[in-house]
Amino acid sequence: MRRPLTLLALAALPLVVLGVFFVLPVAGMVGRGFWPDGDFDPGAVVEVLGRPRVHRVLWFTVWTSTVATAFSVLLGLPAAYALHRLAFPLRSVVRAALLVPFVLPTVVVGIAFRQLLGEAGPLGFLGLDGTPVAILAGLVFFNVAVVIRTVGAAWETLDPRPAESAAALGATPAQVFLTVTLPALRPTIVSAASVVFLFCATAFGVVLTLGGTRYASVETEIYLLTKDLLDLPAAAALSILQLVAVVVLLVVAGRLRAVPDPTVARATARPQRPRRSDVPHLAATGLLLVLVAAPIVTLVVGSLRVDGDWSLELYRALQTEGTGQALTVPATTALLNSLRIAVDATWMSLLLGLLVAFAVTRRSHSSAEHRIRGVLDGAFMLPLGVSAVTLGFGFLITLDRPPLDLRDSPLLVPLAQALVALPLVVRTLVPVLAGIDDRQRQAAASLGAGPLRTALTVDLATARLPLVAAAGFAFAVSLGEFGATSFLARADRPTLPVVIFRLIGQPGELNYGMALAASVVLAATTAAVMLAVERLRVPALGAW
Amino acid sequence: MLRLSDVTVRFDGVPAVLDATLEVPDGAVLAVLGPSGSGKSTLLRAIAGLEPTATGTVSWDGEDLTRVPTHRRGFALMFQDGQLFPHLSVARNVGYPLRLRRVRGAGARVAELLDLVGLSGYGDRLPATLSGGERQRVALARSLAADPRLLLLDEPLSALDAGLRERLAADLRGILRRAGTTAVMVTHDHDEAYAVADRLAVMRAGRVVQEGPIADVWAAPADPETALFLGYARVLRGAGAAAVLRAAGLGEGAAVAVRRSALTVDPDGRLVGEVESARATPDQVRLVVDVDGVGKVDAVARSDRRPAPGERVRLAVDATRLATIPESPSADPSLD
Repeated sequence: MRRPLTLLALAALPLVVLGVFFVLPVAGMVGRGFWPDGDFDPGAVVEVLGRPRVHRVLWFTVWTSTVATAFSVLLGLPAAYALHRLAFPLRSVVRAALLVPFVLPTVVVGIAFRQLLGEAGPLGFLGLDGTPVAILAGLVFFNVAVVIRTVGAAWETLDPRPAESAAALGATPAQVFLTVTLPALRPTIVSAASVVFLFCATAFGVVLTLGGTRYASVETEIYLLTKDLLDLPAAAALSILQLVAVVVLLVVAGRLRAVPDPTVARATARPQRPRRSDVPHLAATGLLLVLVAAPIVTLVVGSLRVDGDWSLELYRALQTEGTGQALTVPATTALLNSLRIAVDATWMSLLLGLLVAFAVTRRSHSSAEHRIRGVLDGAFMLPLGVSAVTLGFGFLITLDRPPLDLRDSPLLVPLAQALVALPLVVRTLVPVLAGIDDRQRQAAASLGAGPLRTALTVDLATARLPLVAAAGFAFAVSLGEFGATSFLARADRPTLPVVIFRLIGQPGELNYGMALAASVVLAATTAAVMLAVERLRVPALGAW
Repeated sequence: MLRLSDVTVRFDGVPAVLDATLEVPDGAVLAVLGPSGSGKSTLLRAIAGLEPTATGTVSWDGEDLTRVPTHRRGFALMFQDGQLFPHLSVARNVGYPLRLRRVRGAGARVAELLDLVGLSGYGDRLPATLSGGERQRVALARSLAADPRLLLLDEPLSALDAGLRERLAADLRGILRRAGTTAVMVTHDHDEAYAVADRLAVMRAGRVVQEGPIADVWAAPADPETALFLGYARVLRGAGAAAVLRAAGLGEGAAVAVRRSALTVDPDGRLVGEVESARATPDQVRLVVDVDGVGKVDAVARSDRRPAPGERVRLAVDATRLATIPESPSADPSLD
C-alpha cells in the first residue's frame, strides 16, 4: 500500500497543476460549446460540424499534414543515416545545423518562408507565395529535424551485426535495408511520423503566417473563430474534433508500432567511412542542408538590407515602437519580456517534468501500479495533442474569477508555456531515468542510502546532463511559443513572437523590416540555446 | 580454396591484423585460435568483407575478392550470438537467404535444414522463445541455407554453457562434415577448436603465429606462448627441460612444454620431488611438486593415492604429453 501512496505523492503536484491549468481550461473551453447559455445544447456543435467551411478546413488539415509528414520522413531518413552512421568532416556541424529548425519559433519560420517565396524574394518567380505549397514547405522545414533526431538516435545505436549477417547471407544493400534495417527501425519511424503528423496538424504559427485567411487549418480556424468571430460553440466543436483525432492517431500509431519482438539489440557502431553506395544519402543530406539554409539566409539578408544597401538600421529600429505606433512597447522590451517569461517557464516545466519522470520510471511492483504509471505517462503527453490556442483561450475564460483570478498574474503566460513544453521535458528525462539499472538504486539502498539520497546519488547523477538539455528545450520552446501566448500576453507585456506577428500585420515597410530583424534576433537566441544543448550530446527527443 | 595473403587490417592506423597469410583447402574446417584481442574476429570479418583491408588480398580459387562486397562473396558468416532476425519466425529466418535468391521449393529446403540441425517442427517459433543452443542451431541452418562456398563461424559456441557447448561442438562437426562445407571458425577455446576443426591457426597480437593440421600444431607448438595457450601447463627450459626429456626417453631440446597430466606419481618413476600442494578433483589428485633438478611442475596422482604436502614422491613421464619447442628469440624468460 505504501508504494502507490509514494507514487501519488510524487505525482501530486504535477497532477494538480495539470488539473487546474490544463484540464480545467480545456474543459471550460469545450463546455462553452456544449453549454452555450448554461443549458446543455449540443445542437450548435453539431451544426458547426456540418458547415462546408469546416469540411474544407478539416480536409486541408488532413491532406497538408499527411503530405508534409511523408516528405519529412522521406527527406529525413537519408540524413538520419548519413549523420548518425557515416563519418565525414563537419558532421557534427551539419547535424546541429539541421536540428536548429525544430526550435525556431514558428512565426520566424513563417516569415522566413514569406521572405524566400514572396514576390521580391529569391524564389518569388515560382509564384508559391500564399499557396499550400508554401505551407507544406514550412511544415517540412520545421519537422525534418524531428525525424532526423528521433530516427537518427535509434539508428546510431542499432546493432550493425544483423545487417552484416544478412549481407553475409547474400543480401544486397537494398535488400538489407528492406528486410533487416527497416523492420528494426519501424517502431521509431512510426513514432517519429506520428509526432510529426501531430505537429503538422496542430501547427499554428506557420499556417497563420503563410496561409493568411485563405488557407486555414483546424488550429488557425479555432483561433479565427475565437479571437475574431467570437463564435465559441464552433471553436469548441473544432477543439473536440481535434482532441478526438489526436487520441485516435496515438492509438493507431501504437498499433502500427507493435512488432512481434520489440527487443532490439543496442550497440553503438563505429561510424563508417562513406562508400560509393552512400553518395545518394550524402547528396540528399546536402540538398536538405540547402533547403534548410535557404529561408534562414534569405531572412538574415532581408533584415540587413534597407533600400538596396547593407545596414543595421532595422536592428536599431527594434528600440522603437515601429511606424504609426504599431507596437505598445519597443521590440527590445518584448525580447526582455520573452527572456524573463522563458526563465519562469523553464523552472516550472523542469520541476513538473522531473516529478513526472520520477513517478513514471520507478519500478512497478504490481500490475495495478504499472497501469497507474502508464496512465500518468500518457496524461502528461496530452498537452502535445491539444491545440495551444484552445489552451490559451481556455485559460482566459476559466481563470478569470476567484479563487483562480490569474488574469493579471505575471505567472499566467509562463505557466501556459511550461505546460506546452512539459511533454518535451518528460520525453527527454524518462528514457534516461528508465535506462538506469534498478540494481544501482538497490545497491545504494543496501549501503544505507535513504530514498532521497538514492535519488541524488544514482538518478540525478545520471540525469544531470539530460536535465540541462531539457532546460534548454523548455527555454527554446517558451521563447518561440505563440499559440497560447497570443491569447494570454497582456497588451503592455507582449513577447517577441507576439510582437513579430503584430508587426507583419501592420502597414509600413519599416514595420515589416523590423519583423525580419526581430525574427533574426529570436532565431539566433533559440539557436544559441539549441546548439549549447547539442554540445551536451544528450540523446534527447530520442524516445517519443 | 580460400587464400589470404599478407592481409592487414587497421583501425585508425592501429593494426588489428598484421600480414596474415592462410590457406583453407576445400572441405576443410580451419579453427583460428587466439586470446581475446588477438585480432581473430577482425580477420574473420575481413574474410567476410565486413572490414576493409589495408593491404593484402583475399581470394577464392584464384579469384581476388578483396574489393568484392560482402553479399557477392558467397561467404556466410554466423555470429557469436546467432544474430537471428527477431521479427522473423525460425522458418523465415532459415528461408531468408533462399528468398533473397528467389529459390523455388524453399519450404522443403527449410524443413530439410531444420531437420539437419535437429530442430524439426520449430519453424513457427520466434527466436525470442528459443534457448541459446537452439538459436545457434537455427543460425547454423540459416547460414547453410545460403549454400555458401565458405562458412565463417565467429565463436559459434562460446555464448553457451559448458555442457551444451560440448554436445553442440560434436554436432557442429558432424553437420559440417555431412554438408561438406569449407569453414573457418574463430574461437578462444582450444577444446572447441579440437572438437570441430581439422586445421588450426594460432593468432597472437594480430599475427598468425602457427598454422597446420590440428594434431601437428598440438604436437609441436611453435613457441612457449603458443604452447601455454594450447593448454600446456608449463614450459620448462635449460636443465629442467633436459631432465624431463631424459626421464621421458626423448632427445635434447631447448624447451619443453608439459601438460598437467604428463607427470604421474609412480613408484617406478625416474624423477623425485617433494609435494608442495595437493588438490582433489573427481578424476584424480592434482599436485604441484618441486622436482629435484627441475623445479616446480604440475603432476597428477590417482584418486586412491593422496600424497600429503611435504611427502617425497617418484614421478613417471608420459612422452606423448610433452612437446619440445624450438627456442625462439622472442621467448619471454618469465614464462618458465
